[in-house]
Amino acid sequence: MQPAEIITETGGVIGASWLMIALPAVGAAILLLFGRLTDRWGHLLGTAMSLASFAVAVLAFVELLGFDEAERRRQVMLYDFLPAGSFHVEMGLLIDPLSISFALLITGVGSLIHIYSIGYMAHDEKRRKFFAYLNLFVAAMLVLVLADNYLGLYIGWEGVGLASYLLIGFWQHKPSAATAAKKAFVVNRVGDFGLALGIFTIFTTFGTVAYKDVLANAGAAEQVTLTVIGLLLLLGACGKSAQLPLQSWLLDAMEGPTPVSALIHAATMVTAGVYLITRSGAIYEGAPTAQLVVTIVGAATLIAGAIIGCAKDDIKKALAGSTMSQIGYMVLAAGLGPIGYAFAIAHLIAHGFFKAAMFLGAGSVMHAMNDEVDMRRYGGLRTVMPITFATFGLGYLAIIGIPPLSGWFTKDSIIEAAMHVSPVLGWVAVIGAGITGFYMSRVMFMTFFGEKRWASDAHPHESPKVMTWPLILLSVGSVLGGGLLIAGGTFAEFLRPAVGAPEEPLAFHPVSVPGIVTIVLVLAGAAYAWTKYAKSPVPEVAPRGSFLTTFARRDLYGDALNESLFMRPGQWLTRLAVFFDNRGVDGIVNGLAAAIGGTSGRLRRIQTGFVRSYALSVFLGAAAVVGALLAVGSF
Amino acid sequence: MGEAITFWVLAVVSVAAALGIVFSRKAVYSALMLGTVMISLAVLYAVQGAPFLAAVQIIVYTGAVMMLFLFVLMLVGVDSADSLVETLRGQRFWAGVAGLGFAGLIALAIGNAVIEAAAPELPVGDNVVQIAQLIFTRYVFAFEVTSALLITAALAAIVLAHRERTAPKPTQKDLSRARFRAFAEKGRIPTPLPGPGTYARHNAIDMPALLPDGTVSELSVHRSLVRDADDDSGDERVREAVRAQRAVEKESGE
Amino acid sequence: MTTHYLVLSALLFAIGAIGVLVRRNAIVVFMCVELMLNACNLAFVTFARQHGNLDGQIIAFFVMVVAAAEVVVGLAIIVTMFRTRRSASVDDANLLKN
Repeated sequence: MQPAEIITETGGVIGASWLMIALPAVGAAILLLFGRLTDRWGHLLGTAMSLASFAVAVLAFVELLGFDEAERRRQVMLYDFLPAGSFHVEMGLLIDPLSISFALLITGVGSLIHIYSIGYMAHDEKRRKFFAYLNLFVAAMLVLVLADNYLGLYIGWEGVGLASYLLIGFWQHKPSAATAAKKAFVVNRVGDFGLALGIFTIFTTFGTVAYKDVLANAGAAEQVTLTVIGLLLLLGACGKSAQLPLQSWLLDAMEGPTPVSALIHAATMVTAGVYLITRSGAIYEGAPTAQLVVTIVGAATLIAGAIIGCAKDDIKKALAGSTMSQIGYMVLAAGLGPIGYAFAIAHLIAHGFFKAAMFLGAGSVMHAMNDEVDMRRYGGLRTVMPITFATFGLGYLAIIGIPPLSGWFTKDSIIEAAMHVSPVLGWVAVIGAGITGFYMSRVMFMTFFGEKRWASDAHPHESPKVMTWPLILLSVGSVLGGGLLIAGGTFAEFLRPAVGAPEEPLAFHPVSVPGIVTIVLVLAGAAYAWTKYAKSPVPEVAPRGSFLTTFARRDLYGDALNESLFMRPGQWLTRLAVFFDNRGVDGIVNGLAAAIGGTSGRLRRIQTGFVRSYALSVFLGAAAVVGALLAVGSF
Repeated sequence: MGEAITFWVLAVVSVAAALGIVFSRKAVYSALMLGTVMISLAVLYAVQGAPFLAAVQIIVYTGAVMMLFLFVLMLVGVDSADSLVETLRGQRFWAGVAGLGFAGLIALAIGNAVIEAAAPELPVGDNVVQIAQLIFTRYVFAFEVTSALLITAALAAIVLAHRERTAPKPTQKDLSRARFRAFAEKGRIPTPLPGPGTYARHNAIDMPALLPDGTVSELSVHRSLVRDADDDSGDERVREAVRAQRAVEKESGE
Repeated sequence: MTTHYLVLSALLFAIGAIGVLVRRNAIVVFMCVELMLNACNLAFVTFARQHGNLDGQIIAFFVMVVAAAEVVVGLAIIVTMFRTRRSASVDDANLLKN
């Protein structure tokens, strides 16, 4: 079933939905422009703006539900953005089930994380700036998902890239944070390059960048063109969503403050790639090759992320590996076509809840442990931090897919859809789920179970209420979200006007062969982790481990690969260019200058400064002219 | 025939005088030679039917311009003889080559030129009236512009000659003190110098004064006159004084 | 006959030019310039006679006027120069070099 027509809307809450973007943008502007004046209440303003934006999103959502299914794609025209000859872009917002889902996730989880940050960043000197960047991020992310054309999406895409850069490098006095920010920026540039080229190709093919026209006419374009566009957009998605081969920045991005990791690098920004692929569904449906590549990238990343997650001792990096892996699931699902879109988005939303809950839980643990991130120095925290333990634990159960928590519904749906399309992909997803069971259990057990391996000066304590309440709300979402979305196909039905639906929708089977195998594998993984990390003592210094362990610890040699493939040749090229510039270009220029200088030095001796010498030259010249005249005249 | 004689005589005179301008060591001689050339040319103008120009040549050039030259020479120092040693390498050689070459080329051009066999006569009538008619008709604009040029030149000369006083004008007291300071520091004579011609049998400024003991006062004769007095004329005592003064100059020079 | 006058004019002009080039005393240099102007005037007068009209004489007349103006300004410059440098040598006025 095809997506519904886009209707232009002017009134109501949807007509005013630009407020969603404007509120946090104004917040960021106030906090950045008024600087220290706002130090005392800046964090409250930032949080208020985010909450207000959430309120607008909820109202718009309610209004959208009031329309018939066929009228739920509503476009709000804002202004003529670029009226440049044949390139005419009207900026507008597209409020449809897909974008409003994202808007709710972004503003909802975003607001919770704003609240959490009030406590988490309480002692940071630059808290006001932090909230300014968070607001900037929310605004940019909303531009990304709400824009009704690819150019608007690109603006938001770059905006979240900037916010991500600023927030990863928020503690820029740490060289590692500064480097990580730069790395994230540079790697994302590769992806953005692909996205930009993709948008260029879209414009040359369709003559417009508006979703309304592009997606409606996608079927008419040639398959080759669509494949090219699809692959270029996929490159963009890979950069933003940390998919192979552009995954390397995400683990380093954990240098940023933990709320940032939760909001940007787990719940929202990194899922922009999934949004892009889902939004461009019409293009991918016309390009099976591109779709296949998308699924392969997703499957490879879900395994790679899981393997990395197994080996990391840094709690945030382990979670980051998990994020990679889960986004791999989403990309895989999005690559499956209409059958998987709803599941991808459902998993994305569920993941937004439980991963945010876990990251914030990790932040709470770090907050209690003097910013220690090494899980080998944790252990036995469940009694000291009961709320954090409970919320983290619920998120944990959700991510590994214990029924009836969110992850079970959403992940199993993806596995089933993958099985439906290609058994190979399905079994890869099943194996990935099994590994997830192991590494998440490892994180859980190393942190909250086993004996205490705390540093001598650590005095862990439960976090303040302003931090625990968001945790509790997020864990509620983690528990209920998946069931509400998947059971009975509610969410698929809701999304149907935006992304279309398969001819025969996949019903959710609580009991199926892959489902049972998945649960068995997950439980096996968890049990193995229990024996290894809860029952037996965990060494405080990481043992050397096998080749596979090293392989995983080194992020599957992704950095080494990048270094040897791109960095070193790049350095050589730079050195060559510098050498050529110094010796070649500068040599010519300097040589020329020296030659002219030397010649001038000799020529200036002619300039004696004596008037009589000059007069003599003039007179000789006059005589020569007379001679020449005579010579000419006599012939 | 009369014209030919005039021409050849004046040509020789003027060329010789011109060479004299270039080669005489003293600027005053050069000036006198220039006057000679100008008067010769005035005569040649008159011969060639340009009596008005001849008169103007005498009045403007030999009268006004030469006066100015001599006046400036007096200001600058009439006694300053030029050293004729050339300091710029090759300057004389190339100047000679260029000058002679130029003259040769012009002569060649004149020689090659087709000159009408019979030179037509100048318009009959009063030369001055005819020139006046031309100046106030065809050349009236140039004439008016010339007046502007002359005024500008006069103003320029005033501006150039004008000197802004930067220090207060010295009073007699200041001058007197300066004189005695010079006497104390450099031994300069503070009093006026003795006048020449004391006890002279004829009125001459090149006759030194005699001191009470009968010797001549070297200070009483101007240096430039002393130099010129290097001949047998005049008083024996003058020559003595000259020699003494030269010795003093030589010593102080070395 | 006019040819003779012209050759004389050329000769005087060349002598004046040589004088300008070899003499160092600015006043003498200036005199040589005057000599060159006079040589030109002679040529003008001769051409006037040759062509049988008075235009050459008029030009010579204007040359004289201009020369008078030039002498006024030139000598004022020489006096000013002498006043500041205590020298009338054109070789001393070599500030162009450094």
